[in-house]
Amino acid sequence: MLRATLKSLLARKLRLTLSTVAVVLSVMFVSGSLVLTDTLGRTFDNLFANIYTYTDVEVSAKSQIQQQGNGPGNSSTFPASTVDRVAKLDGVAKATGQVFLNGAMPVGRNNKIVINQSGQQFGANWVGEDQFVKLAEGRAPSADDEVVINKGLSKAANYKLGDSMDVITRDRERSTYKIVGLTQYTGGRDSMVGESTVFFTTAKAQKSMLGATDEFNTIDVKAAPGVSDEQLRDTIKAELGDGFVVQTGKELSEESGEAIKNVLKYFNYVLLGFGAVALLVGVFLILNTFSIIVAQRTKELALLRAMGAARGQVLRSVLLEAVIIGVVGSVFGFLVGLGLGAAGAFLFVGLADGAQVAGLGFPVSAIVASFVIGIGVTMIAALMPAIKASRVAPIAAMHESATPDRPLTRLTVTGTVITAAAIGALVWGLAGAGDATLALVFGGVLGILIGVALLTPIVSRPLVAGLGSLFSWTVPGKLGRRNSARNPRRTAITAGAVMIGIAIVTAISTIFTSLSTALGDTVAKDLQADLVVLGQQTSEIPPVVTPQELQRITALPEAKTVAAFTVDAVQIDGKPDYVLSYLDPAAGVSVLKLKADQGRIDRLEQGEFTVDKKTAENRKLKLGDTIDVTFAKGPQKTLKLVGITAESAIGGGIVIDYADAQTGFAFPQPWQVYVAVQDGASVTTVKAAVNDILEDNPQVQAYTKDEYVKSSQQSFNIALVIVQVLLLIALAISVLGVINTLLLSVIERTRELGMLRAVGLRRSQTWLMVTTESVVITVFGTVLGLAVGVGLGAAIVTALKDVLGFGAVTLPWGLMIAYFLASMVVGGVAGLIPSIRAVRLNVLGAISYE
Amino acid sequence: MTTTVTTGDGIAARAVDVWKVYGSGEAQVIALHGVSVELERGHFTAIMGPSGSGKSTLMHTLAGLDSVTRGEIFVGDTRLTGMSDGALTNLRRTKVGFIFQQFNLLPTLTAEENILLPLSIAGRKADPAWYDTVIKTVGLSDRLGHRPSQLSGGQQQRVACARALVSRPEVIFADEPTGNLDSRSGAEVLSFLRNSVREFGQTIVMVTHDPNAASYADRVIFLADGRIVDELREPTAEAVLDKLKNLDKVPGDLAGEVA
Repeated sequence: MLRATLKSLLARKLRLTLSTVAVVLSVMFVSGSLVLTDTLGRTFDNLFANIYTYTDVEVSAKSQIQQQGNGPGNSSTFPASTVDRVAKLDGVAKATGQVFLNGAMPVGRNNKIVINQSGQQFGANWVGEDQFVKLAEGRAPSADDEVVINKGLSKAANYKLGDSMDVITRDRERSTYKIVGLTQYTGGRDSMVGESTVFFTTAKAQKSMLGATDEFNTIDVKAAPGVSDEQLRDTIKAELGDGFVVQTGKELSEESGEAIKNVLKYFNYVLLGFGAVALLVGVFLILNTFSIIVAQRTKELALLRAMGAARGQVLRSVLLEAVIIGVVGSVFGFLVGLGLGAAGAFLFVGLADGAQVAGLGFPVSAIVASFVIGIGVTMIAALMPAIKASRVAPIAAMHESATPDRPLTRLTVTGTVITAAAIGALVWGLAGAGDATLALVFGGVLGILIGVALLTPIVSRPLVAGLGSLFSWTVPGKLGRRNSARNPRRTAITAGAVMIGIAIVTAISTIFTSLSTALGDTVAKDLQADLVVLGQQTSEIPPVVTPQELQRITALPEAKTVAAFTVDAVQIDGKPDYVLSYLDPAAGVSVLKLKADQGRIDRLEQGEFTVDKKTAENRKLKLGDTIDVTFAKGPQKTLKLVGITAESAIGGGIVIDYADAQTGFAFPQPWQVYVAVQDGASVTTVKAAVNDILEDNPQVQAYTKDEYVKSSQQSFNIALVIVQVLLLIALAISVLGVINTLLLSVIERTRELGMLRAVGLRRSQTWLMVTTESVVITVFGTVLGLAVGVGLGAAIVTALKDVLGFGAVTLPWGLMIAYFLASMVVGGVAGLIPSIRAVRLNVLGAISYE
Repeated sequence: MTTTVTTGDGIAARAVDVWKVYGSGEAQVIALHGVSVELERGHFTAIMGPSGSGKSTLMHTLAGLDSVTRGEIFVGDTRLTGMSDGALTNLRRTKVGFIFQQFNLLPTLTAEENILLPLSIAGRKADPAWYDTVIKTVGLSDRLGHRPSQLSGGQQQRVACARALVSRPEVIFADEPTGNLDSRSGAEVLSFLRNSVREFGQTIVMVTHDPNAASYADRVIFLADGRIVDELREPTAEAVLDKLKNLDKVPGDLAGEVA
């Protein structure tokens, strides 16, 4: 039996190659994403281990607001006397007060901020060389207008020793500095992860980065000989008390590594999502392949049965094929994924020049996942056909033709039940079911896809006939159309694979397009400004407009209304949140077209706030209620609710007084400025005037309303592009299915083809006939997928109306038409190999039977 | 391009010193040993011979389905030897009809569509009067809307005959047309073939190994080991059987090539 199984495997090389490719593709994504995350994770671990190698213990003030990790982002300061306190402790060899935090933005020669992929633009005080930082050229800064920069920055921005460079510091001041020194890190590296660092004199760093004199934000502590890092940490902790974070170098490196890994986790989810789609489509392809193999082998299996093979043996022989395909596919998939993951890691780290990729690892998770998924999926997909194979009656060996198709009733009933249940789950999930929501929505979507796939055979009859009639103007076209309707199950399962990919992508596209359009519409309708001033955020430090610049914009004679707002993370009643603040609430109300629901909203005093109606309802806030707000800087404040704005899509959230914002926000300067121009004034002229004012601020720029709408839709467009990549993967796999099915059809219909050629069918007509079948199947799957996808997308958008603020469904017509046309091309391409086979068919061989 | 079928004399197809060799060296098999034969127009010719005698190969080469190693094939005045696939396809559309043992019909098409298939592939219309005549002769008027799976084997084969006839080809090649039928259905099909020769002057060439089927023909050609070894005019089943027995007794390299 084993020998027979292996022989039959070898005899079906092409088809097995196709299904193995399906397994490879699916496994590849899973293993690739796991390897990528593993490699990146270890790369960053190494990196942070390097960075903190020479750090024994580091001290920083505890931040009021929990930011992403502590360390460099933490702007909480402490007086220089704290350093002295630490220095006097037993076991301390040396304590160095440091200024080291993000937010020193170097301005390039093109008057733009020099950005880097790490998003870190550190500003620090120069504390002399140590084991970690070395001066490669030049000297230490000795005056407030002198700086030392890292060599990575000097290369990226093309600044040399002795050049002048502008830096915008954390206090928003733009000043010109002379570069007096260039640093390198241990191991001769120009940067650690591509970040930039500007070292000032200590006084200048304290003033410009911390906005204080004689204060620091970290202390680097070296342990005396014989004192362990942990002992030192505990000593310092005991001395300084709760207001400080004291960590060893090891802890810091672990903490930083964890933070990065959390980010990588989301990245991993996206890749695994791709893998899941590839798997889902792959299941169809494998199922299809095995059904075909079993159908083809019916006679052979029956013969085996007639010779005494038990049902179990037949079942096992088919499953054994599946295991072999699964193993081979998993091995290749894992290896290809390993390669791709490693390549991805190099690419990713390459963006942050300077970092070294950790060696290629074989993460256990990737190996296990690859084989479990590859073999498991293949086995599951092969199970149904295998059971079918075991039911082949011995007598089938004597029959001339394969057994006719069984009625579709059972399949249709099952499909209907699953679809109905899935729709139920989806509706329930979307209506909100607490913790179960996500599971219900995902389950619902998956169920609908499977249910519709089961219904595909019954739908295929009318739909394929309808679609096919488009191609029936030629005799070969008509023959092809009829052929595609011949075996509804096979057509359906092939089209089902196409359907799933198209449905998922169409659903996502529908959601994004709806959001994008709704966003654009809302902004166009509600925003009463002609110009918007804003910048692209390239690091943790937001791009802002300086108060001076804002003053000059407000002073422009053509400017009718100027509204500026700023935003920051806070804690409200102990929970993380964010608050907004308008420089002039009246202008904000006017520009955002806000209406008062209760109380007053156009004026705020210190200690007051307003909120939109929906947020008020969600939090059960009434006029006169108070909230406790903890700001990034300064103490906690209790604010009183004085006004509630009517619902608006663009002006939501908690709004506090500008004076409170100035004292409490980490970056109190305006993030965005809205300008409404005087009636009759030219928007273009005003835009030019505003941009003139902003000339020295490379971070921000004025945009017209249209440009603003477009740029706010940009992120959706990027998401849509990523979704198209997903489509490509899904389509690539389903095309394999189409090729597979058609090859089988051609082989099965060899005699028919021979007869047709004998009675005068040309090669070109043969090609047309096979291609028509291929195109009909692909287009059928696409149409079905478009319908299901639009349905799912529309359902989700409608259901999330309350969450998103808009519920209008916009269909991605352009994309849908593109998918439809693409499916025709793809169908044509998929038909190529089978067509070639059909065309090359030897007429004589096809019809002879001796 | 409808070829007029005449009842007069003339040659519908001929082979001139045709050799067909498969393989080379040790594995070489000579299927046809310089066969020359002329098939008269308006006649029903049967080709007989034991398995491996080359009878099917001869028919396939005559029909343009298979190439020859040496020699020439003519259908009417057209020389087939060296024709391209496209030209051969054209020839099959206009001058040749086929009836196979099985897999004659497309299961997706109705009987009528199957009958008209060669014409519609070629983008031609059937002559309505001729079509009616053919349908009436095969006795399928009430079955035209049926799919092949709804027809008996004999009916299917009659549909195949009608399909071959409807384009009025120069010559119809039938390859064991009754091989898969019971004797009664077989007799029906054979009578029908004979009638279409008698009544419409259709030329038919049939390969068979059944002496009874051969007895319907006007002439029987016997092949053995790739050579034509004998022939019989106005055969009876007994006469054919006798000849076949002789063939078995006399070894293959009998040098009697029949023109």
